[in-house]
Amino acid sequence: MIKATVYVTIKKGVLDPQGVAVQGALHSIGFQEVESLRIGKYIEINLDMDDRAAAEVQLKAMCEKLLANTVVEDYRYELEA
Amino acid sequence: MKFAVLVFPGSNCDIDCYKAVEDTVGESVDYVWHTATDLSAYDCIIVPGGFSYGDYLRCGAISRFAPVMAEVAKAAEQGKFILGICNGFQILTEANLLPGALRRNMSMKFRCHDTKLTVVNNETPFTREYRKNEEIIIPIAHGEGNYYCDEETLEKLKANHQIVFTYGDNPNGSIEDIAGICNEKGNVIGMMPHPERAVDTLLGSEDGKRMFTSILKSWRDTHDTASVR
Repeated sequence: MIKATVYVTIKKGVLDPQGVAVQGALHSIGFQEVESLRIGKYIEINLDMDDRAAAEVQLKAMCEKLLANTVVEDYRYELEA
Repeated sequence: MKFAVLVFPGSNCDIDCYKAVEDTVGESVDYVWHTATDLSAYDCIIVPGGFSYGDYLRCGAISRFAPVMAEVAKAAEQGKFILGICNGFQILTEANLLPGALRRNMSMKFRCHDTKLTVVNNETPFTREYRKNEEIIIPIAHGEGNYYCDEETLEKLKANHQIVFTYGDNPNGSIEDIAGICNEKGNVIGMMPHPERAVDTLLGSEDGKRMFTSILKSWRDTHDTASVR
């Protein structure tokens, strides 16, 4: 079993209105030090496989096909055996 | 002429689209479930608005893999008319039938009101009954209608006259005020505003009517004109 964690984030240079709104909220309750904030998605996947290299191939395909929209989002993943 | 209105789990503008076709052109129209694997009977496929698959992950991301979408791609390839409205537009971009992506509205608000649109391209099969640069009133209702594409794509859209509608008062932060675009061939169009909700003055505007009559006229140009019901 391999545990994968996928992080999907809005591309740099693409405005993240959700992040801007939350940053504004943090400012309004006194956290002035928040310089920037971006919101993304965190996805946990358990893979029924043992081959790390093969798992990466599959994860990349999942990200490109469905989990991230590469027009506006970046993704990265971590693997844990 | 035969229209199909696709129905995904979560579609909620399917009935409006069906009625709009009935009321504006009176042609044959069917609801087609997302699991359908044959669209060969249809000349125009409407991908309606709503919240397909609950908009989980991203708007349109999951519906893009519904079995019927392979048939939509086939129909697009064959030059059939495909009209994606709101969530339908999001699905068509996710399916790569149209370029770009729809992001959260800049304001973070769900915007639901009439908008003024400019018909930038009146030479598509969907807009021929409008005048170039005509201003029309069509309502919007969306939280994620903020159109985005990279610079290169934008230049292409401009060069190929693929920008079909722009907003008068940009309600969502779309680049270049884009409200609707078409593919290079012009047979696939996606737009955030809802023409099917503007087909009678009782609804506040009938400016959406001419989209449906445009489609019928365009189809008749190349098909049997005697098949009028």
